[in-house]
Amino acid sequence: MSHQDTKILDSQAGLTQDERVNRKFDWHRLFALVRKESLQAIRDPSTILIAFVLPVILLFLFAYAVSLDVREVRIGVVLESDSASAQSLAAAFSGTRYLKVTPARDRREVAELVVSGDLRGFVVIPQDFEQRLESGNPQSVVQVVTDGSLPNTANFVANYAQGVVLNWQASRHNGQPVSVINLEPRYWFNAELESRRSLVPGAIAIIMTIIGTMLTALVVAREWERGTMEAVLSTPASVMEILIGKLLPYFVLGMVATLGSAALAAFVFEVPLRGSLLALLTISAVFLIPALGQGLLISSVTKNQFLASQVALFSGFLPAFLLSGFLFEIDAMPVPIQIITYLIPARYFVSSLQTVFLAGDVWAVFLPDLAAMMAIGVFFFAIAKRKTRKNLET
Amino acid sequence: MNAMNAAITGDVFRRLGKSDAAVVIEDVAKHFGEVDALRGFSAEIHYGRLTGLVGPDGAGKTTLMRIMTGLLVPNSGRVTLAGFDVVEDNDAIHIVSGYMPQRFGLYEDLSVMENMQLYAQLRGMDADQHSEIFATLLDFTRLGPFTKRLAGKLSGGMKQKLGLACALMAKPKVLLLDEPSVGVDPVSRQDLWRMVQELTDDGMAVVWSTAYLDEAERCQNVLLLNEGKLEFDGPPQELTDQIKERSFRLEQVGTERRSVLSRALNLATVGDGVIQGDAVRVVLREGAEREEIDTLANEVGAKLEPVQPRFEDAFIDLLGGGPGGTSALAERIDKIELDSQVAVSCRNLTKRFGDFTATDNVSFEVQKGEIFGLLGPNGAGKSTTFKMLCGLLKPTEGEAQVVGHDLRYATGSAKSQLGYMAQKFSLYGLLSVKQNLEFSAGVYGLEGDIKRQRINEMIETFDLAQYLNTSPDSLPLGFKQRLALACALMHRPPVLFLDEPTSGVDPITRREFWTHINGLARKGVTIMVTTHFMDEAEYCDRVAMMYRARLIALDTPDALKQGAINDAHPDPTMEDAFIHLVESAQLDDETRANAQVVV
Repeated sequence: MSHQDTKILDSQAGLTQDERVNRKFDWHRLFALVRKESLQAIRDPSTILIAFVLPVILLFLFAYAVSLDVREVRIGVVLESDSASAQSLAAAFSGTRYLKVTPARDRREVAELVVSGDLRGFVVIPQDFEQRLESGNPQSVVQVVTDGSLPNTANFVANYAQGVVLNWQASRHNGQPVSVINLEPRYWFNAELESRRSLVPGAIAIIMTIIGTMLTALVVAREWERGTMEAVLSTPASVMEILIGKLLPYFVLGMVATLGSAALAAFVFEVPLRGSLLALLTISAVFLIPALGQGLLISSVTKNQFLASQVALFSGFLPAFLLSGFLFEIDAMPVPIQIITYLIPARYFVSSLQTVFLAGDVWAVFLPDLAAMMAIGVFFFAIAKRKTRKNLET
Repeated sequence: MNAMNAAITGDVFRRLGKSDAAVVIEDVAKHFGEVDALRGFSAEIHYGRLTGLVGPDGAGKTTLMRIMTGLLVPNSGRVTLAGFDVVEDNDAIHIVSGYMPQRFGLYEDLSVMENMQLYAQLRGMDADQHSEIFATLLDFTRLGPFTKRLAGKLSGGMKQKLGLACALMAKPKVLLLDEPSVGVDPVSRQDLWRMVQELTDDGMAVVWSTAYLDEAERCQNVLLLNEGKLEFDGPPQELTDQIKERSFRLEQVGTERRSVLSRALNLATVGDGVIQGDAVRVVLREGAEREEIDTLANEVGAKLEPVQPRFEDAFIDLLGGGPGGTSALAERIDKIELDSQVAVSCRNLTKRFGDFTATDNVSFEVQKGEIFGLLGPNGAGKSTTFKMLCGLLKPTEGEAQVVGHDLRYATGSAKSQLGYMAQKFSLYGLLSVKQNLEFSAGVYGLEGDIKRQRINEMIETFDLAQYLNTSPDSLPLGFKQRLALACALMHRPPVLFLDEPTSGVDPITRREFWTHINGLARKGVTIMVTTHFMDEAEYCDRVAMMYRARLIALDTPDALKQGAINDAHPDPTMEDAFIHLVESAQLDDETRANAQVVV
């Protein structure tokens, strides 16, 4: 049927009576869908749970329970030599605030404690300690044994033990350092090296992924599962209206949750927000594009709540957790995994979030991140739009 | 409502002039992968008429409905609705048609009013028109008092009325209703019929799809589908006329009715037969003589009365007649001997879930070898009662016994005395047919030679040999049902519980099923059955009617029908009887409520 025919038929059937009905995009219809979705979201206790209760729990966990800081690591110090200098070194170990020392006379005593996990390692000050000192090689004056099953801590113990020895030697030479250059480390952005300060902004990324991807995947899949989508598809509402009407309320919900989390972070967990609120909101809003797009794509492919939640968990939540650089540094990952992280929108979000909280408005960091998130988002939406047709064909 | 629709549709007809075809279906075919849903046929649906889209489950009704609303694209052929091609003018279709999907498509967490507002806005209606149209629709559907109630909290009937109201919001020219009467009690169903009648009187084209063949007789025109083919297109009367003077009733055969039916069905000249209370109803094959059936009537001393043909008879005839009257299954079973005459009994059975009473003080006794039916609309409490009787639910109060075993104290030994066939057959799709049989033999404790022997018996009886290594999911419906029955009967229980055994099953498979059940009953197996097919209640010796958790009547089908005789229904059907009982129960409730107010 040609367009002209359609027009004639239109007027024959009296359809021009209300031109609005024929429009591809209509604000009234969109408003009706948004209103419906908002009412449903408010009435569904699981939405409130996911959007408001879960973030609070997650933030508290990351702020207090999870800590990457190394403090009071328990080690043993085996004093095999009775010389004054050996005792002085042992005292130097006991005196640091990062180590908690269990003194021993025989390495077999502490070796058992390392095996049982009570100690993370031990330092042996050997019988021939004096001779070794004389020989002038600082590397081999003591022996350090660490528990390799916890690599981070093991590294820390090894390095720190060396540091203690070096410092001790330096003070023994009456202020004349052994090495010519004296290093004084200074940590930027997080001067006290509190992991909470970088974890809390990261946790916001996890929360937004849950709301954006998981919740959206669930609510759209629910419409397919309950048959309500079939009824809505048979009305004049267009695919565009249905999709936007579905996403808009969750976009707002995501932004509200971000603001709430940011407020908690700043006022309760004392994470400084060094950047501007505007930057934070911009970054979050742009991150919601790929997050919502992914949720939409998952639900329009699976059309089933159970499957949608599983796929969202594996493709959204876990990558955001493991590959975003929030808990595990991306630079420390093998190269193939590093390449994969470039596909994870949360990677860019975490980077920008940590910058806006800890450093400030560094647009040189934000802009590439925003562009990357936008690109991934557009990609998801393009596929989701193609997958959602205004019929029930698969 | 009248005024409203006259305004919408009146214009359209004048302008469209001579052609009054609302939907034109031309050689439409649709397949999903290997499965042919529609096999290519043509038909027309007209304005001002109620058109029934009739056929058993899987006939292709929903597929055709979805094609008509533009939700599916046909593989070949074309469909136009109100002059618009459903594929090319997809947008226009959504404006001129109102569609009510099979599953309740409205938002259960929105109120009645919120759902209506949503649909009004999606249909592009101005806000200032809302109140007027809402008032009309609420009045029409009698949903006025419930506007604030969440849709999920409505009864099945009210949900369908709300769906109808939302589908009517667009003032559609064509209204498509996909199985609107499923899950709706007979009283609400009457309401739906009345509403649809009014709409067609105003000129709207209404399509009503249904698997209940008796509903076809209420339509002005019928499209009869079976396995994707159009078997008949025309007024239902035309189809029933084809079997005119071939329907008879063997009256007053009483206790002998099951053997009479079995003998009648084994006659070469009889194509179909069912039990109707005290009588047996038969349909002769095309061109067959009365001689054989006359002889049978004489032998059993029954009067042979010619009766009005029914749509279902005609459908069976169209498909070449039903199965024979001998159940190979029952032949193999030894007569059941029980110590007591009472097979199942319950006293003051009550089940409460929180503050909701699902079964309220129900008592009855079922005799050995009896077919006992439990009837009622969805949510009336029949499934709950049933589950308590099989030991699947613990009663809150009261007691139940199966073959003398109290279900409270001897659940295990009571369960070994009963076979249970759950709704939808509940077979294991990931096990093969053979493995399903072995599993159910195993759970009922059969071992060694007996186990092997019983399984082989079932395979032979039900002709399952060809399917042994396939999954039950891929079996034809009839075989699926046979397998489910085989699994439930593996341990030869004296009592058989059947929960909605024939829902979603085509009439021929249902006939075959009842042949087995009748055969089993004649061997002394006690049958407990729930059904929502009112005419199937006729197979039962006695029927318990449940409504709102209470037992409102318990009697033989004939007695229940007798009780409903009045001027409007001189020869009431089971459905009429049910409506009558429900209405008097409601009246009772009201009088009691009023009395309390007075006191």
